[in-house]
Amino acid sequence: MLETVILIVFAMIGLSLLLNIWRLLVGPSVPDRILALDTMYINSIALIILYGMSMGTALYYEAALLIAMLGFVSTVAVCKYLLRGDIIE
Amino acid sequence: MRLETRFKWLPAPILSLLLFFVWLLLNNSVSLGHIVLAVILAIVIPLATSPFSTKQPLVIKPVLALRHILLVLYDIITANVQVAILILGPTKKLTPGFIKVPLDLTHSMPITILASTVSLTPGTVSAEVYPCSERFTEGESCEQRFLLIHVLDLKDEQALINTIKQRYETPLKEIFQC
Amino acid sequence: MTEWIISILLLIGGTFVLVGSIGLVKMPDFFMRLHGPTKATTLGMAALLTAAMIFFSTTQAGVSVKEILISLFLLLTAPISAYMMIKSAIHHKLDSIEKTQGKDNVEDEA
Repeated sequence: MLETVILIVFAMIGLSLLLNIWRLLVGPSVPDRILALDTMYINSIALIILYGMSMGTALYYEAALLIAMLGFVSTVAVCKYLLRGDIIE
Repeated sequence: MRLETRFKWLPAPILSLLLFFVWLLLNNSVSLGHIVLAVILAIVIPLATSPFSTKQPLVIKPVLALRHILLVLYDIITANVQVAILILGPTKKLTPGFIKVPLDLTHSMPITILASTVSLTPGTVSAEVYPCSERFTEGESCEQRFLLIHVLDLKDEQALINTIKQRYETPLKEIFQC
Repeated sequence: MTEWIISILLLIGGTFVLVGSIGLVKMPDFFMRLHGPTKATTLGMAALLTAAMIFFSTTQAGVSVKEILISLFLLLTAPISAYMMIKSAIHHKLDSIEKTQGKDNVEDEA
């Protein structure tokens, strides 16, 4: 049963990633696109964790943690760039 | 509000506790070697970094802080269900709005915590602190501050302000004693 | 029994993540779009990671609690990134939809 549920949740996360890509392409403004990217990295963490579960290995945990940290830092950096036109003043 | 700890070798107790648990969680073990290493890291890292950072107010009532964290976690779950219903429901009926919440807190650290809890709980995202959001080092000297909040579905402005002030701000004032 | 708990948590998590993305697509202006990803997705991720925690604790040797770290990290960073995004949106003077109340409360300082 668990395999089926994991497949269903894979489909849900994939669908939400597609919705995010739609928002990323349509825009209409730059903050919208940042928001779409921000949601996309969180969804990709979910995807990686699910892949690890379906493979039965906990090895992908480190990759998920790294994506979480780098994604947050990049979101803040891009927002800072929009606010100031410069990342490190 | 108290800024200095009782012990010189422990400048930030909460940070030390967090480092201890994060190290144990990262290694996923509770063996003696990792506990010793975690204790060493939890003491050395705050000592090494405290000269760089400005003094933050200390948590004076830890039990109350724990209770507040549990309350906020509960609120996050219920609020998320509400927001999910609002999102799936008809968009035309939603009445978004910006509101200003007057703050009693003065220091930037409790204000940050309040803004984060407001962002995570019922249909609200905190947007800005007025005035002097940039000059956070001289927090005491400025006048009445406001927290600008965007609400997804604004029904009763005054009731929402009262909820935020009573439910989230009053415990913070007691926890930090300011 | 644990399989049931894991399945239910996974479905809850997937549903919340999906609801967050639906909110991202459906809402008419940026400020309303921000609500979906910051709240629903964070709780969905917490549920998914709890499911993963139970899964790895039962299928593999030893208890696995390190997944808490990711959900804690996401819970701490979600409000901060939301704050940065809404700040840059206000700075860029994005339009909110007509019926938004209290627009005059917004003033740009940065």
